[in-house]
Amino acid sequence: MKGYEFLEHTADVFFRAYGGTAEEMLESSASALIASMIDPSTVREEESWKVELEAESLEDLAYDWLSELVFLFDSERAVFSRFEVSLDGNWRLDATVWGERIDRKRHLFDCEVKAVTLHKFQVKRDDRWTLQAVLDV
Amino acid sequence: MLKKIDDNIFELSMDHRPGMRVPGRIFVSDALLEMVEPGTIDQVANVATLPGIVKYSMAMPDAHLGYGFPIGGVAAFREDGGVISPGGVGFDINCGVRLLRTGLSHESVIPRMAELLDSLFHEIPSGVGSKSRLRVSERELSEVFHTGARWAVEQGYGVEADLEHCEENGALDGADPSQVSVKARKRGRPQLGTLGSGNHFLEIQRVEKIYDEAIAERFGLFEGEVTVMIHCGSRGAGHQICTDHLLYLNRAVQKYKIDLPDKQLACAPLGTPEAENYFGAMASAANYAWANRQIIGHWTGDVFRRYFGDLEMRLVYDVAHNVAKLEEHEVDGQRMRLCVHRKGATRAFGPGRAEVPEAYRDVGQPVLIPGSMGTPSYVLCGSTRALDLTFGSACHGSGRIMSRTQAKKTYAGREVMASLERLGIKVMATQPAILAEEAPQVYKPSGDVVDVVHNLGIARKVAQLVPLGVAKG
Repeated sequence: MKGYEFLEHTADVFFRAYGGTAEEMLESSASALIASMIDPSTVREEESWKVELEAESLEDLAYDWLSELVFLFDSERAVFSRFEVSLDGNWRLDATVWGERIDRKRHLFDCEVKAVTLHKFQVKRDDRWTLQAVLDV
Repeated sequence: MLKKIDDNIFELSMDHRPGMRVPGRIFVSDALLEMVEPGTIDQVANVATLPGIVKYSMAMPDAHLGYGFPIGGVAAFREDGGVISPGGVGFDINCGVRLLRTGLSHESVIPRMAELLDSLFHEIPSGVGSKSRLRVSERELSEVFHTGARWAVEQGYGVEADLEHCEENGALDGADPSQVSVKARKRGRPQLGTLGSGNHFLEIQRVEKIYDEAIAERFGLFEGEVTVMIHCGSRGAGHQICTDHLLYLNRAVQKYKIDLPDKQLACAPLGTPEAENYFGAMASAANYAWANRQIIGHWTGDVFRRYFGDLEMRLVYDVAHNVAKLEEHEVDGQRMRLCVHRKGATRAFGPGRAEVPEAYRDVGQPVLIPGSMGTPSYVLCGSTRALDLTFGSACHGSGRIMSRTQAKKTYAGREVMASLERLGIKVMATQPAILAEEAPQVYKPSGDVVDVVHNLGIARKVAQLVPLGVAKG
């Protein structure tokens, strides 16, 4: 059920991420965000970060979640490999993010995500949960 | 429906999508039109639905698919009833280009190219996770947001004359650092004085061809001269400012009951607190970007001086290509103040405009159009015709035609490097994949794009610059 795929976009990164639950979808979209920049197998689990967010809808929360990861990546100079998300019914998110500080000798980045755009940003539910987003790189 | 109305001008009729308030105008040649994706045309139409838009929703000849506005999009909104939108500026607020002239002939530089490029690559921080050599305090960061390139000059990074050779003298009025979040400050503080990554670069060039002797002389350019072009923006500070205000403006859209075709076009009516706050934050990021380019330009000068002695490196000009500004324009015979958005477009003001530095005022402003790693860049000169046709705007580059994923599948970084080397272009990057993503073939030919601008008369060719050495993030 969990996973992601990259779609064609001329200048930026366009992805769809899936999950059997909303939590899984948020975790796989976080994985997609990292995979758009770097081979995730080169990232070790050495440190963890806590993320707590609250929003007015699941879509807003999903946008905040991915934007928060971009912020953590840029401000902590860290890259992530594993995510554990829990949600409560009031669109509150509690998450733990595992990864390590960027090591410029070991971490080869294809590109750098600057931000998450709202263009085509969508969360939907049918037989599974899907999030699609365009990342500005 | 797209209809050709003149050479290099196509009009997008108002029935392309519901809600269009004005037609679209796409400035391309027949050949370049074939490279414009349908999604880009839809984005031109989306912008045409925004309240208060004047004349046309426009796309420059390098237009390609973006988010919100197309890249290469230009739109102006009336002060009364119009809007300001971060979708028309982008996340990399005041991403822009500066051109330095060295006064050195390429014969004197070529023998030392390898070590020169190596020094620039190592001394000017670039790439993901790079750290600046500069440490600024919170108070200094506020000064940067307020005064832009002036702050850098006051700290000894460059000279007063540099400010006269920056668009807006290197600082946009109306910056309000109180609208910059703690997060944006946290991202921005350690990154002042860094180039970034992706399509950002520092390039050593040779003036290959002069098209207009008199104007080239005015800009200080001569055939065979070595120049340096720097392309970068407002780094994490700008990206976070846009992210923060995008959410905030999405709430304004509901409050002011604006119907949007794309959430990235979130906006607020000019004059409302939401619009003022976004403008104050955006201007802060724009000023950060001018300070950033000023510092990087000065460090570049330091490296050159170490190799070539006490030479006088001068700033030809510095342009913003992701910005929204209040400007006066004539619409239907009437002078009006408009909020002009340029998303991947360069201001191209002609002779006489007060905004053009005094040294260039009788010829028009320099318009700097970077090519790719393997294709020429151009210096053009703004024209009065641009004011009539495009609110004084021209293209900003060549425009991507191939996605990054496709580029990586098609090209190998090392091969790109070797083929550039055969053309006499030395390239350094943090890793080879960056070179595959930025291979010259992923862009439209820069000469074709610039010819459209030249033939339309919105900016005239002055000089062609070819790459000798490129440092990529």
